[in-house]
Amino acid sequence: MSEFTSRDLIIQASYLLASVFFILGLRSLTRPNDARLGMQQAAMGMLLAVIGTMLNAHILTYQWILIGLVVGAIVGYPMAMKVPMTAMPQFIAFSHAFGAIAATLVGVVEYGHGGSGGEGGTVTAMSHGQAAALGLEVLFGALTVTGSFMAFGKLQELITGRPITFKGQNAVNLTLIGVAFVSLGLLIANPANATAFYVLLGLAFFLGISMVLPIGGGDMPVVISLLNSYAGLAASATGFAIGNNVLIIAGALEGAGGFILSLMMSKAMNRSFGNIIFGAFGAAPAAGALIKGAAKEPKTISPEDAAVQLAYASSVVIVPGYGMAVAQAQHVCRELHELVQKKGGEVKYAIHPVAGRMPGHLNVILSEAGIDYGALLTDVDDANRVLLTADVAVIIGANDIVNPDAEEDKSSPLYGMPIFRPWTAKAVFVIKRGKGTGFSGVENPLFTRDNTLMLYGDAKGVLGSLVKEIKALDEGH
Amino acid sequence: MTQIFQLYVFILAGFVGFIVIQRVPPLLHTPLMSATNAISGISLVGAIVAAGGQYGKVATILGFVAVVCAATNVTAGFLITDRMLAMFKGQNKAKGERRAAIAGAGAAAGDKSPAPGSEAAR
Repeated sequence: MSEFTSRDLIIQASYLLASVFFILGLRSLTRPNDARLGMQQAAMGMLLAVIGTMLNAHILTYQWILIGLVVGAIVGYPMAMKVPMTAMPQFIAFSHAFGAIAATLVGVVEYGHGGSGGEGGTVTAMSHGQAAALGLEVLFGALTVTGSFMAFGKLQELITGRPITFKGQNAVNLTLIGVAFVSLGLLIANPANATAFYVLLGLAFFLGISMVLPIGGGDMPVVISLLNSYAGLAASATGFAIGNNVLIIAGALEGAGGFILSLMMSKAMNRSFGNIIFGAFGAAPAAGALIKGAAKEPKTISPEDAAVQLAYASSVVIVPGYGMAVAQAQHVCRELHELVQKKGGEVKYAIHPVAGRMPGHLNVILSEAGIDYGALLTDVDDANRVLLTADVAVIIGANDIVNPDAEEDKSSPLYGMPIFRPWTAKAVFVIKRGKGTGFSGVENPLFTRDNTLMLYGDAKGVLGSLVKEIKALDEGH
Repeated sequence: MTQIFQLYVFILAGFVGFIVIQRVPPLLHTPLMSATNAISGISLVGAIVAAGGQYGKVATILGFVAVVCAATNVTAGFLITDRMLAMFKGQNKAKGERRAAIAGAGAAAGDKSPAPGSEAAR
């Protein structure tokens, strides 16, 4: 180990400050009002860490670093400014992949160079601990790269959103994981074993693909959270490998965040966490297309009649699903919201934890439309309390999260999932494209309940005609 | 010994992460995810060392690609987080009304953030 110079002191101080800013930034997210400033400070922390790193004595040439930084900024800026809020999950997946590519490449470079502690630049100079860190780094890194690109492909609909399964899939995945761990063990036992290192790297790339393959579009919130966690672990492992604390800390923060969100999402979908870790979750509900014998026909209502009820309602609860985002109906929804409000009614939104394609997705989409976040009910219990006294519940492009079978039918694949109870409102309007089932392929008996009325059509179109009819009511008087 | 200290740092940072992030209301879960994503773009630090240290041509090329990817991750991650958070703040009308809205959001989400999946929901 070289001696500790004042230059090292400055570098370490910049890393410590950066770590503090990161933690404060995340803490600011507990208060919506301070969040923006807090995250801007975290960005400053990042800048500080980059400047500090530039002072590293091992760096001899700066040209490629500077070109790389400029290219990255040029690519990143338009990406961030142009992406629509509906595409946020794809964007996050893409961004995970980029971070993971960097972590993986750093792992490969470090391995070739013999780890940061290696004096002569030979692989034999590496300790068992460093070999373990590098092995885990490329394992999580490579897994996140291909896993994120797969998730991106599914969300962007470049690949089918349906689960892709084949016979013996779990056996294949378990074998892959087994061989990966054996390679990791061999690498740790003998850090000079380059074959084990590259086999591990290759397997991890493959594992990322095979893990996301069987997962359907509706399960994406869990996948995105899990990839978030893996990307963090890859960054942390990089920190272990090159002996850098700010990397370890930042990676641990993301790892923890992703883990918490995965847990929350799995609870909200009533799936066990073990089930999720082993990636078997996409396949489970596929067989559950239970069609109840002699199903009643759902009743429909005309936009004119629905508009009258909405105009005279004193409490309206809107339950949006991903269908609302797909139809880009959030802006016309705000128009309806404002009209009802002008008529003296109160409008709230019931946002389910797994509504949308990533945790909290619909909150962003509704906020984008200018809806006050005070109107967003993000707690299932709170929303159900408000629904008890609501005059009208409007379901827009949501299905499984309002399926009463989740509470009433033990044989339903949804059974046990915490859901909204819109049927406790005086009337339920369901805006739906057609008579199909939800993501899980399960029939929804809500649609045939006595106080449920269907408004078939595209969410944007139906809401638009509701707005028109309410306005016409005014002109008529 | 170094690795033991690193493990200390990792576990303590993870602990801080758990405590802080558990309190983030579901309202801000998407910005939370993009924020942690941006922060973990700190791999940039490792990439810079790989690209600038003279470890040979291959290492420089790989390091350069790593810098580009990590810098993209960082730039895009922080900008999109800022863009989203600006939307959440954008609808302030009167100050008092805003306070009330926040208090409402806090009562609805913040105080019992682990609740969405709890048994009580049934």
